[in-house]
Amino acid sequence: MIYKETGQYKSSYKSDHAIFPLLQDKIAFSTLMFIAFLIVPLVINSYWEKAILVPFLIFSLAAIGLNILTGYCGQVSLGTGGFMAVGAFSTYKIMTSFPDMNIMIIILISGLITAAVGILFGLPSLRIKGFYLAVATLASQFFLVWLFNKVPWFYNYSDTGQITVSERTMFNIPVTGADAPPYATYLFCLVLVVTLSFAAKNLIRSKMGRSWMAIRDMDIAAEIIGVPPLKTKLSAFAISSFYIGVAGALYFAVFLGAIEVTESFDIMTISFPVLFMIIIGGLGSMLGSFLGAAFIVTLPIGLKFLMVDMVGLSAVTAKHFEITIWGLLMIVFLIVEPHGLARLWSIAKEKLRRWPFPY
Amino acid sequence: MSLEDLKKIPYGKTAIELKNISLAFGGVKALTDVSFEVKKGEVFAIIGPNGAGKSSMLNVINGFYKPTSGTINFAGTDRGEMEPELAAKSGIARTFQNIALFKGMSTLDNLMTGRLLKQKQNFLMQALYLGPVAKEEEEHREKVERVIDFLDLQSIRRTPVGSLPYGLQKRVELGRALAMEPEILLLDEPMAGMNVEEKQDMSRFVLTVNNELKTTIVLIEHDMGVVMDISDRIVVLDYGKKIGSGLPKEIRNNKAVIDAYLGVSDD
Repeated sequence: MIYKETGQYKSSYKSDHAIFPLLQDKIAFSTLMFIAFLIVPLVINSYWEKAILVPFLIFSLAAIGLNILTGYCGQVSLGTGGFMAVGAFSTYKIMTSFPDMNIMIIILISGLITAAVGILFGLPSLRIKGFYLAVATLASQFFLVWLFNKVPWFYNYSDTGQITVSERTMFNIPVTGADAPPYATYLFCLVLVVTLSFAAKNLIRSKMGRSWMAIRDMDIAAEIIGVPPLKTKLSAFAISSFYIGVAGALYFAVFLGAIEVTESFDIMTISFPVLFMIIIGGLGSMLGSFLGAAFIVTLPIGLKFLMVDMVGLSAVTAKHFEITIWGLLMIVFLIVEPHGLARLWSIAKEKLRRWPFPY
Repeated sequence: MSLEDLKKIPYGKTAIELKNISLAFGGVKALTDVSFEVKKGEVFAIIGPNGAGKSSMLNVINGFYKPTSGTINFAGTDRGEMEPELAAKSGIARTFQNIALFKGMSTLDNLMTGRLLKQKQNFLMQALYLGPVAKEEEEHREKVERVIDFLDLQSIRRTPVGSLPYGLQKRVELGRALAMEPEILLLDEPMAGMNVEEKQDMSRFVLTVNNELKTTIVLIEHDMGVVMDISDRIVVLDYGKKIGSGLPKEIRNNKAVIDAYLGVSDD
């Protein structure tokens, strides 16, 4: 009754093919955007920015990137950390080489560089599939992190091997560096994430997305109907890496400010969590990318709040419990709902359609 | 060779000619010296016992297998082998013996993949979903809707094909091939595993496509009743060799074919 499509007739294929075909979805999305763009910036503080909203946005972008590759095109990748590092180091190098360049442009160029690197590491995907490809992408993870550690040119020969962001502004408001106000970094990420999400959704609902899914579901049949496997897989690697590269650039420039590659872009801190995000959120679902990112970003905070503030455990004990519970939840989740949070949401919508009738 | 070349050929003239095709996988000879021709606009059946090389033959025609020797004359051009993409571009579509649908996608999306080769907008335009992309999507959607109408798939438009019953999946697969608007349609056992009614439906669809769209049909099928009824000409393979060809009534009385495949009912 709440979520009913009755009476909403479509009289053109265009309206039938819209991103949000139902009125309820349109209203919900507009409300969400209204809150995100106009209310949140007014009330945001440094804690919400650094602990929840900015990491959520950045990881959503990384999750969309990985979901394009793994969820839509079926190519498993464990190289997310490595590709995010490419985005971060590209940003750093461009930033230090061209001090006057606009930060938005720097970040987009970093994304393009990551896309090129992604194509390179995607080449084996023509020959190998599944677990074997996962192992091959694992190599890219270790190789890229090693490279950024080993070659001092990447971190401008600094003694610590760290890279540090310098202050950049958009419309005269700093968005990177220590003095950037919370609302500025948040809005900067939000604009990028919303724009790129729409671009991704558009790709997915047109020719490119259908080619990816065709390759994912049955590559032989895809080839027979004229989908070139190599080109399609590489396009998925390129676009996925672009998103992950932009996420890496934001992670470095806007979120952390200073990073050390082995620590910040490790397989355990980036690659696996992002993979979990899309598995828990829902493979091959845009909404799933966001839900998964929200889940993984807020779970440790929630658990810490529960254990330290409510139960009164010491911070160290809580941290250990947190890792255990996190792992446990992951397993339970995969057993109970292997299709992820996005599937739960669609079941909920189905129930809302019929509510209050139980059939 | 191209779609245009194929379209130019008058009906009743040779569209594809296979000359002395042999295909071997290591020591296994799948096809030995097989020659036949498919004429434009006909329903051409390939029959034979299991393992006779029928599916391999289709795979050679649309370029999935490269023949070890022999040539394929496609629309007047001699080629040693085909390329799957080139075959698709030149108007050859096919269905598979074991359904090869995109299981995670809806019926509509599966059919829309049949239009991929005809969609020309680049990925940046797609990402921005500007006017031309939306217009292109609509055009192709309209074509696909016609196929949906023809095959009675309206009620399952949004259903993921993985959850459809077998008979419907076969029909969706035919739909995907038809969405390509092919000149030549290769059907690999379109009626396998179907009950009588489903077979009748499928035969009706195949004949309508052949009669009204003038699509050339190359068909592999085990149901002799169907084959004899709907095909114009038949070629019979056994152990990778051609053992007979001709009109249905000639095949029915061909001694070699009866011995190898058809069998005799009363002795």
